[in-house]
Amino acid sequence: MTNPRGRFGVHGGQYIPETLMNAVIELERAYDECRRDPEFDRELTRLFNEYAGRPSRLYYAEKMTRDLGGARIYLKREDLNHTGAHKINNVLGQALLAQRMGKTRLIAETGAGQHGVATATAAALFGMECVVFMGEEDTRRQALNVYRMRLLGAEVVPVKTGTATLKDAVSQAMREWTSRIDDTHYCLGSVMGPHPFPTIVRDFQAVISREIRAQVLEKEGRLPDAVIACVGGGSNAIGSFYHFIDTPSVRLIGCEAAGRGVDTFETAATINTGRLGIFHGMKSYFCQDACGQIAPVYSISAGLDYPGVGPEHAWLHDINRAEYVAVTDEEAVCAFEYLARTEGIIPAIESAHAVAHALKIAPEMEKDQIIVITVSGRGDKDCAAIARYRGEDLHE
Amino acid sequence: MSDIASAFDHGKAFIAFFTCGDPDLETTAAAVREAVRNGADLIELGIPFSDPTAEGPVIQEANLRALKGGVDTDKVFGLVRDLRRDVSVPLVFMTYANVVFSFGAERFIARCRESGVDGLILPDLPYEEKEEFLPFCRAYGVKLISLIAPTSENRIARIAREAEGFLYLVSSLGVTGTRTEITTDLTNIVRAVRENTSVPCAVGFGISTPEQARRMAEVSDGAIVGSAIVKLMARYGRRAPQYVGDFVRAMKEAVRGASDGE
Repeated sequence: MTNPRGRFGVHGGQYIPETLMNAVIELERAYDECRRDPEFDRELTRLFNEYAGRPSRLYYAEKMTRDLGGARIYLKREDLNHTGAHKINNVLGQALLAQRMGKTRLIAETGAGQHGVATATAAALFGMECVVFMGEEDTRRQALNVYRMRLLGAEVVPVKTGTATLKDAVSQAMREWTSRIDDTHYCLGSVMGPHPFPTIVRDFQAVISREIRAQVLEKEGRLPDAVIACVGGGSNAIGSFYHFIDTPSVRLIGCEAAGRGVDTFETAATINTGRLGIFHGMKSYFCQDACGQIAPVYSISAGLDYPGVGPEHAWLHDINRAEYVAVTDEEAVCAFEYLARTEGIIPAIESAHAVAHALKIAPEMEKDQIIVITVSGRGDKDCAAIARYRGEDLHE
Repeated sequence: MSDIASAFDHGKAFIAFFTCGDPDLETTAAAVREAVRNGADLIELGIPFSDPTAEGPVIQEANLRALKGGVDTDKVFGLVRDLRRDVSVPLVFMTYANVVFSFGAERFIARCRESGVDGLILPDLPYEEKEEFLPFCRAYGVKLISLIAPTSENRIARIAREAEGFLYLVSSLGVTGTRTEITTDLTNIVRAVRENTSVPCAVGFGISTPEQARRMAEVSDGAIVGSAIVKLMARYGRRAPQYVGDFVRAMKEAVRGASDGE
């Protein structure tokens, strides 16, 4: 799927400072070796199963199906993974890779804190040092996750520059990497950044669609008609799509965060509102102004609050293989509450964007059709923010 | 337009960096003129970018101040046209790939040619990606300046062989900003460069004192100073040009006579 230099159509590439070039070349070489090594695969599978609790369940949401009166709905329960989200899949893979490369220190960016917690977890498990960069604004919004990371032994560095959110955390992690490369691996949290990160992260997340395929075949004897996932950088979505890309009968739907709406400036729906650009090491779509200045973006979900999208998604959009729809804060919050009441499952507010779109399309589909929604994470972390959104102040 | 090589004709070169529009474009223009009057051999004009990933805090903040003040790409081209009425030293832009890409690469580079910009430094455009802009740079006679870092090692020869204008040698790991000490073995890097090109090379990142500048110029063809100048701009605002002039004079004096240290 990838062109030689890490291109997905025109997207991707390696737009990074010269200081980092040998580091990404070394990473690519190490990854190619690991990919060919059955021992690496065995070790990763052992970690996935024994430590992270894989395979995650494919749950038939019977009440939701009945309530909506259309397609049969399955939930891919990434929220049941250790640390509560799909992020652990990628992090275990990269930590194992970093260990093979002789690195003893992991650095990472985080938005809501899920990737930071996962990285801190893997660092604890592998006995590595860990530093997580997090926008100062986000450290306030997600104080509990900051505490979790510190509890796990990581140092959390609040990033005060720019908008003090996820994009600034990524910039700061990149800057830190240029200053200390020898012992440090940058454990990037999504399918973004310079090659080979979009490919590495996708491959580690592809376990999601590999399992969905086998599980749905076992339960239904056929493949789904649609797979729906939320898209910020796009790692759980590409993981959910990957093993269906070559099966055109399966609709692939990515749900972007529209925030207060795609016709407002308070949005993070990159494919729906952005333009082609070059940022954070890759060519892809970005929310930006007429002069190419990266736009401050907004979403109720700190995990989708990013002005870009992974290059493979940009390409799947270009070739019309996947659809990218925009879901507002209000729709996501309603879906968050709906899934809690209907199935007794509190999804991450990120994942609630995918649930919201299923609420729109399932009733219009035939009863023998099948939708799979990836519930990328659990929603405990979001309860205070959603309560606030509904005018209720919780004291955590 | 002028010839970048001419910047290296007056002893070791002193290269000064400014973030355009910090505190405003008039002050940038005045400070550039003071720098040139006091011996700066080449001027790097930074077009502000919202997320400058190769910069330390000093230049990051200058970028944000400039953007907040309403600077955009067109206004920076206007600044260059103004400077070109009386400034004849080479001028190069230093910015990020998206600023060029978003303007339209060909349109941007053609505009460089028209307004008198001799070269382009893009820290997020490594050797592997230079085809993105190089064809337009060739077509319009604008030099695409390459960077070499302490981690470049086996890449030095390849980068140097295709270098144009001058080579920007990054003194240390990390981002821009003043440093108390520069420990990279630059002598060996410069030797590898010289084996592969006759294009001059200047050292930048972390230089703030005449002593550091002299030592960097001893091992190379010149010293590049950014953050230390941007700090003066931040500290003195509209009164900064005279301080910049004094600073540049001291720095140029330090590098001019630097002997080849090898």
